[in-house]
Amino acid sequence: MVQIIGCENRLTSIVRLGISDRLEEFYNTMNAYPGLPEFDYLKPETYAEASEFLVTHAGEARPFIGGTDLFVQMRDRVLRPKYLVDVKGLEGMDEISFDNSGGLTIGAGVNMNRLIAAPEVAEHYQILAEAAQSVASYQLRTRATIVGNICNASPAGDTIGASLLLDGMLNIYGGQGMRQEALSTFFLGPGETILQTGDIVTSIWFPRPPDGVKGKYIKLGRNKLSDLSIVGVTAVGYPDADTVSGTHFKLALASVAPVPLVVEKVGEILGVTPVTEETLKDAAEAAMEACTPIDDVRGSARYRKLMVRNLSLNALKDVWHQLSLLNA
Amino acid sequence: MGFHRINLTVNGEMEQVDVTGYMTLLDMLREKLVLTGTKNGCAAGECGACTVMMNGEPVNSCLVLAVECDQALIVTVEGLARDTQLDPIQKAIMDAGGVQCGYCTPGVLIASRALLDRNPDPSESEIRAALVGNLCRCTGYIRIIEGVQEAAKM
Repeated sequence: MVQIIGCENRLTSIVRLGISDRLEEFYNTMNAYPGLPEFDYLKPETYAEASEFLVTHAGEARPFIGGTDLFVQMRDRVLRPKYLVDVKGLEGMDEISFDNSGGLTIGAGVNMNRLIAAPEVAEHYQILAEAAQSVASYQLRTRATIVGNICNASPAGDTIGASLLLDGMLNIYGGQGMRQEALSTFFLGPGETILQTGDIVTSIWFPRPPDGVKGKYIKLGRNKLSDLSIVGVTAVGYPDADTVSGTHFKLALASVAPVPLVVEKVGEILGVTPVTEETLKDAAEAAMEACTPIDDVRGSARYRKLMVRNLSLNALKDVWHQLSLLNA
Repeated sequence: MGFHRINLTVNGEMEQVDVTGYMTLLDMLREKLVLTGTKNGCAAGECGACTVMMNGEPVNSCLVLAVECDQALIVTVEGLARDTQLDPIQKAIMDAGGVQCGYCTPGVLIASRALLDRNPDPSESEIRAALVGNLCRCTGYIRIIEGVQEAAKM
């Protein structure tokens, strides 16, 4: 049965008639959860077409993939783009590929549930799957993507710490064709990245991780599951004959600085001395000193600092324990 | 702002709908197709009341654009029963007393159906994890979880 149902609700009618934004605002004050503001939707066939549209409509158009954060910001009228450019159907966006020498490439349109379920991710990049698993709920992860999480550039982004510690590189289509950018220099501030108008991230690439790498993500939220983080700690470690301790540790923090933060000092402390309870504590202290949290609705700066110390210690101990099981 | 004509399958029926770019899947289901079983709770992807199946996977329909559903297969709570035969998850949650006010129920049923489709024998913790995105203010979740466990045995 094919049918067209033409009834419109009141808001849609008001918007269609083109009556001013003020009327829409009035409607929204009457409605605790307004719908999305008016915009037009485009689904280009090629990267060139998408990029060109974004350039010619700079300031008015935004690319989107899952929209899980963007739509909420639009609903709240924080963002009001005139055009949304759906890029997830573009070539290669839907692909995951892995090989032992070439590493792992995850298309920008690959959703988090697919990432978590991918055997190559579970086997070689377990910390990435663990971090993705902590994002919101299953149904949200059907739409959420790791590249979206990164491009959104929230300091709280759950998968960013793991991506940084696994040395992720973004493949980007832009005015000059394809280029690669390291994640380590990608973030400029909350919601701000080095991406230029017309840039479209096509995928994220990870080198094959060092043998024996272990990781732990600890997310402190207001509830046990599904919330945004008050503090997020990602730790990884792997056997490394070039260090005094024989182990290389890395630590990244979420929600405690304007950008996702890698605490280089943790690797230094735990590289030059044998790993003991005491040196792990010193590293956790260094993480606390490195972060610069703010007070917000989810927690105070002081609380966050203390939690960074405690949770960094827990995460590092967990990784250390996993590594000792490896040697046992 | 123009309209987009989309073709999709909703609960087994082919539909052709004209939608604006900014209409959500939730609004299209409720207002264009008059499938009001799917509820609007938070409109922000947090409460799960609007959960529907899109191409076999659950999504928050408040965070999906209707225009993205061209050629999609959508299943809403209205599509779970076959004729007069309830889906096992509907019967089990009803029998367990997992429904009070009923507002979260359509989303809970869809999320639970999706869980059982991908994992026919889930543990309690797997059920809890799968329903993290479905908030219920009435039941305290215990009876919902018992209902899913019962449905898994059917």
